[in-house]
Amino acid sequence: MMALSRKMLEQEPGDIEALLPWYAAGTLNAREARRVEEALARDSELAKQYAVIREEYAETIGLNETLGAPSARAMQKLFAAIDAEPERHPTVLFSLSSRISDFFAGLSPRTLAWSASLGALALVLQAGVIGAVLVKNQGATYQTASLSMNEPSLTRNLAGDAATPPRALVRFAPDAKIADINALLDNYHASIVDAKGGMFRLQFGDRAMSKDEVSGLLSRLQGEKIVNLAVAAQ
Amino acid sequence: MQVLYGRHHVRVFRFGLRLVRDEQIAEDLISEVFLDVWRQAGKFEGRSAVSTWLLAITRFKALSALRRRKDAELDDEAANAIEDSSDDPEMAVTKKDTGAVLRKCLTALSAEHREIVDLVYYHEKSVEEVAGIVGIPENTVKTRLFYARKKLAELLKAAGVQRGWP
Repeated sequence: MMALSRKMLEQEPGDIEALLPWYAAGTLNAREARRVEEALARDSELAKQYAVIREEYAETIGLNETLGAPSARAMQKLFAAIDAEPERHPTVLFSLSSRISDFFAGLSPRTLAWSASLGALALVLQAGVIGAVLVKNQGATYQTASLSMNEPSLTRNLAGDAATPPRALVRFAPDAKIADINALLDNYHASIVDAKGGMFRLQFGDRAMSKDEVSGLLSRLQGEKIVNLAVAAQ
Repeated sequence: MQVLYGRHHVRVFRFGLRLVRDEQIAEDLISEVFLDVWRQAGKFEGRSAVSTWLLAITRFKALSALRRRKDAELDDEAANAIEDSSDDPEMAVTKKDTGAVLRKCLTALSAEHREIVDLVYYHEKSVEEVAGIVGIPENTVKTRLFYARKKLAELLKAAGVQRGWP
């Protein structure tokens, strides 16, 4: 009985060990994240396990991203069913304030911090552009690295995909500076399409790339000091 | 509703698809999920993120759909997913192939283990949120993921991949 209990205890994860997956996903609160960081710094076995978890994390995202999106049939079916429903007044859930609070509640603290910083940067850039346009009165085009409030509408339009520039989901290192991220975006001719849960969806250039080119691009990205994770995305 | 659908339908679809492993059923699921949301919008208490609420409804509907399918059929699917890798003559797994084998093993996990791995890694849900979606205590969430990872390690080992853990 005692041996059994000991065996069961040995199979249970330790407190910190059990938190490693959430640390990898960036969903721990600041206090727990600090506890894990400290433990990783002093325990090489734990650090080895964390490396394994990061691999699992990256491949789980990669696997899910390959699953594609539902066809238009699902949406048609839904809205046909809604049309057939008795009329209702959608005031409870879909008020503007609840949408806004939901959007910000859905962001992790890290994403929120980045979003605020990037939002401020976008404001400065946009102010500069507006000023330049007013002064020179030219029709120059400009695209900021601003965040989109909406999930991109993904379809299975293969013809459209063929001409779409490549995209990747990227998680930046927690200590990456805004200036470093801007430099990286410039170097890769990339722009931020959207962000969710600490991950940024980047689009590279304005033309489609071959599979080899995309693979090379992802390898280079993954090698960047400020990039923790980079996987192909739609 | 269009905004809500546009923002969440892909992730809801992928979560459902990973559970039911059938695109047709997964597409039917998302229509049912969002229709329920439309009908029950007043019941949303705002204490959790909308995405967490959606995933909880999706899970409930996916499990109902799974119950309608024969258990034997599911067991065969899971077994085939593992057997396929061991039948592969290129079993000397190179580092480049490790990712592909890992993805295959992630697919071969049980539905219970797949959902917890996806919720934590892909849907980036906290311990508390996963507990709310799956309906289990927070400590069980942690141990269930731990055992899912151990199972994954066993599948990888069977496929010739040693990662130094456990």
